[in-house]
Amino acid sequence: MRPPTPSQTIGPFYGYALPFAGGGDLVPPGHPGAIIVHGAVLDGAGQPIPDALLEFWQADPAGGLTGAPGSMRRDPVTGSFAGRSGVGFTGFGRVAADADGHWTLRTLPPGPAAPGALPYISVCVFARGLLHHLYTRVYLEDTAGDPLLDSLDPDRRATLIARPEQDGTYRFDIRLQGGEETVFLDFG
Amino acid sequence: MSTTPPTPEPQAVIDAEMARIRTEAEKAAADGAPEELQPRRDYPPYRSSVLRHPERPLVAAPEAFTELRGPVFGVTDVTELDSDLTRQHHGEPLGERIVVTGRVLDRDGRPVRGQLVEIWQANASGRYAHKRDQHPAPLDPNFTGTGRCLTDDEGRYTFTSIKPGAYPWRNHLNAWRPAHIHFSLFGTAFTQRLITQMYFPNDPLFPYDPIFNSITDERARQRLIATYDHDLSSPEWSLGYRWDIVLDGPSATCMEEGR
Repeated sequence: MRPPTPSQTIGPFYGYALPFAGGGDLVPPGHPGAIIVHGAVLDGAGQPIPDALLEFWQADPAGGLTGAPGSMRRDPVTGSFAGRSGVGFTGFGRVAADADGHWTLRTLPPGPAAPGALPYISVCVFARGLLHHLYTRVYLEDTAGDPLLDSLDPDRRATLIARPEQDGTYRFDIRLQGGEETVFLDFG
Repeated sequence: MSTTPPTPEPQAVIDAEMARIRTEAEKAAADGAPEELQPRRDYPPYRSSVLRHPERPLVAAPEAFTELRGPVFGVTDVTELDSDLTRQHHGEPLGERIVVTGRVLDRDGRPVRGQLVEIWQANASGRYAHKRDQHPAPLDPNFTGTGRCLTDDEGRYTFTSIKPGAYPWRNHLNAWRPAHIHFSLFGTAFTQRLITQMYFPNDPLFPYDPIFNSITDERARQRLIATYDHDLSSPEWSLGYRWDIVLDGPSATCMEEGR
């Protein structure tokens, strides 16, 4: 096995390079069946992290994991971002936290990625001050049978479950450190 | 009510903390601890890491159907000019023109094909085209400092740019970052995602930088330093650097091939 290239922090200046228009809209506003997942990214003092960048990857509503190109579709004339075509489902989102550490994702609910598996949205967290990114998951429902959730104590398990608000909207805060620290994952 | 900002700490304080951590890491390695291939998330000399790292161990994910696959990108997601950072404005940027190229591989050495590589960097004076960078070095109206490309069938990427300058930051008094280019990479699996920084050989700022030294293993640090390659230099045009990248993490492709 070749040794991996180490990670380094994303730093404070990615803002003109990585975020793109509509990065958090996997489907356009008003799309039938769309859900909204939103929340804050918080540090160990409970303060919002305004320079966090979140990426999301998920199955389509049928559980398909092929994804599709076009998340960053470009206008060949101006080079600017043209937005997703609105036809295929890319499964990928990228959202920079706002000045209040808040983020919003508009997407379709993921389907089960394997027969009987509990669906979730995978999240990758980058931030100034974070030297190596972190992974977590947003589960939209809490039922028994998921091997990860079932391996956790109830208080830890709760950090991975999005809280339903009004219809189709879910709250999911990400705490990098502290008593209610979010569960972060290792894939070996 | 106004508060006096804390007096910035001198470099010597940071140096002493880094030296102590390095000594402890070397002793642990000599005693048989696993090789530290990645930076420590908890690295106090980098002050911004103190409240931004988890204190609990990561949890092993027993099944990862979703993360073992990942997002895909294609020709719609890049334009041809994206890989040449010297041609994004009407005039030529100031600075030393460079070509940076290399291959993106997985840990088994297989090329990562058709995947997105994104870069961003300061200009030749060490200033980012970002409102938050307000240190008194000139902006270059002919240089933004962002690029993208897709890897080819051998996993190769190539960018044309200018060599970035070192720049000051406020971790401590007289803190300067070694010149670097930020890289963002995707593999075939979301688990292989990587954001890192490429450095240039023989930078005198390496020993003073807590971000670089958050990787406690000397060999691992060396993996972030590009190689000057004279064969990549073009007469009367540009200097060339080579930097290969190995993505960490398992992928569905590995599993299917029984590795």
